[in-house]
Amino acid sequence: MAGRLRTIGLRITHAIPVILGVVVVSFLLTRALPGDPAVYFAGHAADEASIEEVRTALGLDKPLPEQFLVYAGNVLTGDLGQSLSTGQPVIEDLAHRLPASLELTLTALLLSCTIAIPLGVLAATRPGSAVDHLCRVLVTAGVSLPTFFTGVLLIYIFYYLLGIAPSPLGRLDFIYIEPDRITGFYLIDAAIAGDWETWTGALKQLVLPAITLTLFTLAPLARMTRAAMLSALSSDYIRTARAAGLTEDKVLFTYAFRNALLPVVTTLGMVFSFTLGANVLVEKVFAWPGIGSYAVEALVVSDYAAVQGFVLAMALLFVVLNLVIDLSYTLIDPRIGFETR
Amino acid sequence: MSDITTSQVPVKQDGTLAHIGYVLRSNPVTLLAFTMFAILLLAAVLGPVIVPYDPMESNAAIALQPPSMAHWFGTDNLGRDVFSRVILATRLDLAISVAAVALSFLIGSVLGSVAGYWGGWLDTVLNRLFDTIMAFPLFVLAMGIVAALGNTVENIVYATAVINIPFYARLVRAEVNIRRDAGFAQAAKLAGNSDIRVLALHIFPNALPPMMVQVSLNLGWAILNAAGLSFIGLGVRPPTAEWGIMVAEGANFIVSGEWWLAFFPGFALMFAVFTFNLLGDGLRDMVDPRQRS
Repeated sequence: MAGRLRTIGLRITHAIPVILGVVVVSFLLTRALPGDPAVYFAGHAADEASIEEVRTALGLDKPLPEQFLVYAGNVLTGDLGQSLSTGQPVIEDLAHRLPASLELTLTALLLSCTIAIPLGVLAATRPGSAVDHLCRVLVTAGVSLPTFFTGVLLIYIFYYLLGIAPSPLGRLDFIYIEPDRITGFYLIDAAIAGDWETWTGALKQLVLPAITLTLFTLAPLARMTRAAMLSALSSDYIRTARAAGLTEDKVLFTYAFRNALLPVVTTLGMVFSFTLGANVLVEKVFAWPGIGSYAVEALVVSDYAAVQGFVLAMALLFVVLNLVIDLSYTLIDPRIGFETR
Repeated sequence: MSDITTSQVPVKQDGTLAHIGYVLRSNPVTLLAFTMFAILLLAAVLGPVIVPYDPMESNAAIALQPPSMAHWFGTDNLGRDVFSRVILATRLDLAISVAAVALSFLIGSVLGSVAGYWGGWLDTVLNRLFDTIMAFPLFVLAMGIVAALGNTVENIVYATAVINIPFYARLVRAEVNIRRDAGFAQAAKLAGNSDIRVLALHIFPNALPPMMVQVSLNLGWAILNAAGLSFIGLGVRPPTAEWGIMVAEGANFIVSGEWWLAFFPGFALMFAVFTFNLLGDGLRDMVDPRQRS
């Protein structure tokens, strides 16, 4: 147990240089603005005095290394600057909108895993069958689908043609009252409040955007599950297990699946990266009030502090997710130690 | 001596061609991919010649008409012909992604070769750099870069190139690294070739086959990325015909049932990405038959 704790501690320290790199890149991005960054951060309506004020606040009158220290200090204290369009500190805006994005992303990933992993396992255990072909078609079509196009298509079919989906405008129809904010996840908040009418309303709004994201993430997961299962099933220990007379279920799930899970979890990390990007597009299509649509709105009005805050927040979120994935390796495969890497 | 070389070369080429022919015959999907690719190229090259209408010409009298014989893909809210716009956009979309992929191919090759051949602190620094790029969700990083550099088409190209560089660089680094001390590389060095010459002419060409597969798979992704950026209003501006923007504009009309505005540019986008993905799989079959799945 102590060894495992040490492993986990070591992995966490590995994340530190990456976080540092992320902060450096996002600092360089803000300073790469053509012309005077202070003018951009102060906004279109700013006069000389407020530009000067922004310049001192951002430390733009100091040399670059010192500017970086000021920036890093600000990031450390959670100060990402003021958003021009909302007038709020960027960090508060992001914190307020993050649950919406997470609710969407996590629902989609959960849905994706529950479909893709069984599909991949079935395809691997029955090569050449109908399931295998279905898997192949889904995989090839899935990676070619632009998320924003799938979203628009789903809206046309389920909202306009069939009329079973609610209008694609945000997280909750205006006839429902927003549940009291506890976690920020509408489904959880409504369930805590016991307000099942609102819960159903929120779920209805969530279905289409979540399916859009799911279709996008299904392909790499199913493909990797199938490949990993195939290679696990053809290995020596499976032959030995079969020769020893273990039941097929025992061979499949205890031996093959557990070994196949490792590459699948690795793929999950990559899928997260794509999902966080695709989230921005899906949020725009469905007018979902998450941090993605916040960034898009900020881009339109050249609200730089908000955009940079968003990029940094997304990168940090991704680093944390990767950390969680790496740590879950140790649960799946006790042989893994990070010292050797 | 010269007899031998002239007689050997055709045999070898024949072998390669025969192999390609064999792969194409045994795998009709790859043949389909090449056909689709030819259609895309035709649309990109001949676009302005073959379109029936001026893509910018608006005509309020025929706004929002469904597909008909006169307007195959219907007309948009300004009465512009959607078919003409979709065809013309091919050139711009392909140009953006080809330019971006070419850039990342070049930069990635150089950085990867250097890191793989000389190793040491340079390798460490470059690896850290690529790790940092990969630590961002890539589409989000592209958004950040375009927002910082300014909202132009060139910057879309640069942003797409930057987020793809690590893939190429890592591939080249691995290929170069395993051949750095190979017999043929040492022989070339002993024969008096400089390090750079050995690297560029003897070792690097070995990385080209897997790179080609990567390019093809990457092109589809680069198109998606560029279209996604213009979908959220970065880079290409209206009224320019571009698939991402056209889907974005068409999305406003989808709730009232005018599906053709968004459907056809979206379908063209899907067609292009699908083509490149199929092509990449087909190329991989030719280059490395073992990886066929």
